[in-house]
Amino acid sequence: MAGQLEKVTLGKSITNGLRKAMEADPKVVLIGEDIGKLGGVFRITEGLQKDFGEDRVIDSPLAESGIVGTAVGMALRGYRPVCEIQFDGFVYPAFDQIVSQVAKMHARALGAVKIPMVIRIPFGGGIGSPEHHSESPEAYFAHTAGLRVVTCSNPEDAHWMIQQAVACDDPVIFFEPKRRYHDRAEYDTTATTAPRGLFEANVLREGTDVTLLGYGPVVKTMLESAAAAEAEGTSIEVIDLRSLSPLPIDTIVASVRKTGRLVVVQEASSFLGMASEISAQVTEQCFYELEAPVIRVAGANIPYPPSRMEEEFLPDLDRILDGVDRALAY
Amino acid sequence: MSDKVVAELQEPTPAVGDGGPDMIQLLTPEGQRVSHPDYDKYVADLTPEDLRSFYRDLVLIRRLDAEGYALQRQGELGLWPSLLGQEAAQVGSGRALRPHDFVFPTYREHGVGFVRGMDPQSSLQLFRGVSQGGWDPQENNFHLYTIVIGAQALHATGYAMGVRMDGNVGTGDPDRDTAVICYFGDGASSQGDVNEAFVYAASFDAPVVFFCQNNQWAISEPVEKQTRIPLFQRARGFGFPGVRVDGNDILATYAVTQHCLDEARNGNGPLLIEAYTYRMGAHTTADDPTKYRVSAEVEEWKFRDPILRLKTLLAHEGMADEAFFVRIDEEADQFAAELREGCVTMETMAGETMWDHVYAEDHPVMEAERAAYLAYKASFEEAN
Repeated sequence: MAGQLEKVTLGKSITNGLRKAMEADPKVVLIGEDIGKLGGVFRITEGLQKDFGEDRVIDSPLAESGIVGTAVGMALRGYRPVCEIQFDGFVYPAFDQIVSQVAKMHARALGAVKIPMVIRIPFGGGIGSPEHHSESPEAYFAHTAGLRVVTCSNPEDAHWMIQQAVACDDPVIFFEPKRRYHDRAEYDTTATTAPRGLFEANVLREGTDVTLLGYGPVVKTMLESAAAAEAEGTSIEVIDLRSLSPLPIDTIVASVRKTGRLVVVQEASSFLGMASEISAQVTEQCFYELEAPVIRVAGANIPYPPSRMEEEFLPDLDRILDGVDRALAY
Repeated sequence: MSDKVVAELQEPTPAVGDGGPDMIQLLTPEGQRVSHPDYDKYVADLTPEDLRSFYRDLVLIRRLDAEGYALQRQGELGLWPSLLGQEAAQVGSGRALRPHDFVFPTYREHGVGFVRGMDPQSSLQLFRGVSQGGWDPQENNFHLYTIVIGAQALHATGYAMGVRMDGNVGTGDPDRDTAVICYFGDGASSQGDVNEAFVYAASFDAPVVFFCQNNQWAISEPVEKQTRIPLFQRARGFGFPGVRVDGNDILATYAVTQHCLDEARNGNGPLLIEAYTYRMGAHTTADDPTKYRVSAEVEEWKFRDPILRLKTLLAHEGMADEAFFVRIDEEADQFAAELREGCVTMETMAGETMWDHVYAEDHPVMEAERAAYLAYKASFEEAN
């Protein structure tokens, strides 16, 4: 049977994915602030409380540690909670629960208990918001053993990755590129198998001169950069990392062995970020194949700036191409 | 605010040692059984055999504690958090639980674990450093020790929310209706997580009983640093009942906990119990209480010893003779010998097991690091 192609936004793809996960397993429950009648501040859970009830789509009190901490308890009782943190900068009140409890409970029990929960966090900038609404805190979580960290960059991945994250028996931090919520793409919404595993990278465009690697909101910008570079005669391979922990290093290494050059893009500040770790691992594994040092195109090492200045902070097409030029200069 | 509330708030905080007029007591420090109109019924069915088994539990966990302390001083444990003085609070509340109720302890609830049927070695393995817990919480419905102060209050609340979602509250079926009990201390009452847990538990009518052992000290800080009002009164602000019980009175603790667990199981949760007790020892073996509290205070609390008052009752009422007390002491000696033996022979797991339970599903980094570790170890053997 031919699949049904549909044009869906990234945001609605997550909604549909959550709906499928809830239909598939009655133990899946959602908890977060304003996720019921309102459907969340980004409307990602819109309509789900109406269809699944207040016990399965739980409007929480306004306390993030409470969202995550009670979800741990629900997981211990046999539920598969999906927490919504309203914005990246509001996850820190729950940081202790995530790092000291969610991440370590399975190990503490020597495997006797599992914490199969998902913590959804809209992240990244570019939406003109005040402080705490535009941050990229992924490295804090990727640094913590016991957590898995993923992010999607397009509607089809959003549709599948949220379902795969819910099905995972380990805790998954699920970063959603909030400035891409309204991006649309056409894909088969009736497909029954995911195109790839949750923790695999995706080579979106093949090329021979430079590997361009990134995740979440910057992937679209990377693709635009690659198209622009092609017009100038540079062949860029674009990889969507998708999984930040575990790191799909084999895909990265295979690409770098081919191109000899790697540019890593992230909105987060460069110091000790994902790009730094990737740079270290690629240097260890591809020392003789590298034609240039690994180049990081990242946010400045400052608090996220006021929104009128954010365009100067975020990696854009020109800054990415500048990074490519720097890699090619060696 | 009503005049009554204002009047209550203006009541002075009771001085240390005096639990005040609101404190529920069924057995005085002198071992006298006193009556309470609301709580007598919960102890009415206790047989002399039950009371003797309470006494046995108290003596054995005090011995467990003494052994933990000694094993630390001998270098066999890295640390030991003592429960000395809190035996009645732990046994009284623990014995009120049904098997399918669920317990979320701190790191000091060795006594609750014991009455839940935990192998006493379990708590030793954590402090010996051979695991970070290592038991299956589902085996005795006794969760792992939580060391971050108050974090478990949210876990207990979420678990209780799950119990309610499962429909195991207020059915009238004693085999089905389930309560969750969460232990924490006076210090934890200042933690954000405990206060958030109160909010969540109230909002979702969670069948959870918050059991606060107010042992008067959070390491070096007295309870007055945590609160202006008696801790049980905090519950009022969150919209649920709170009660203060004499935590050194095993009968009252047992009765009050029974009552509150029943309320939770019937759908009237959450509830807060403040068990008014005293930490007779140091916070842990790393602490030195002589630097911050006076010995007169400790001496005063010795007169309120939880074991002595039950012993007095048993002897006076003819429920136990001298031979019984001797037999329990002998059993404690035997118990202690087994604990020591079990502790010193506890094996450390092989290094390569460190990667085994970080994740439930396969993880490439765990496999790669384990393999690299084994290859590194093997390289020494090859070199030899």
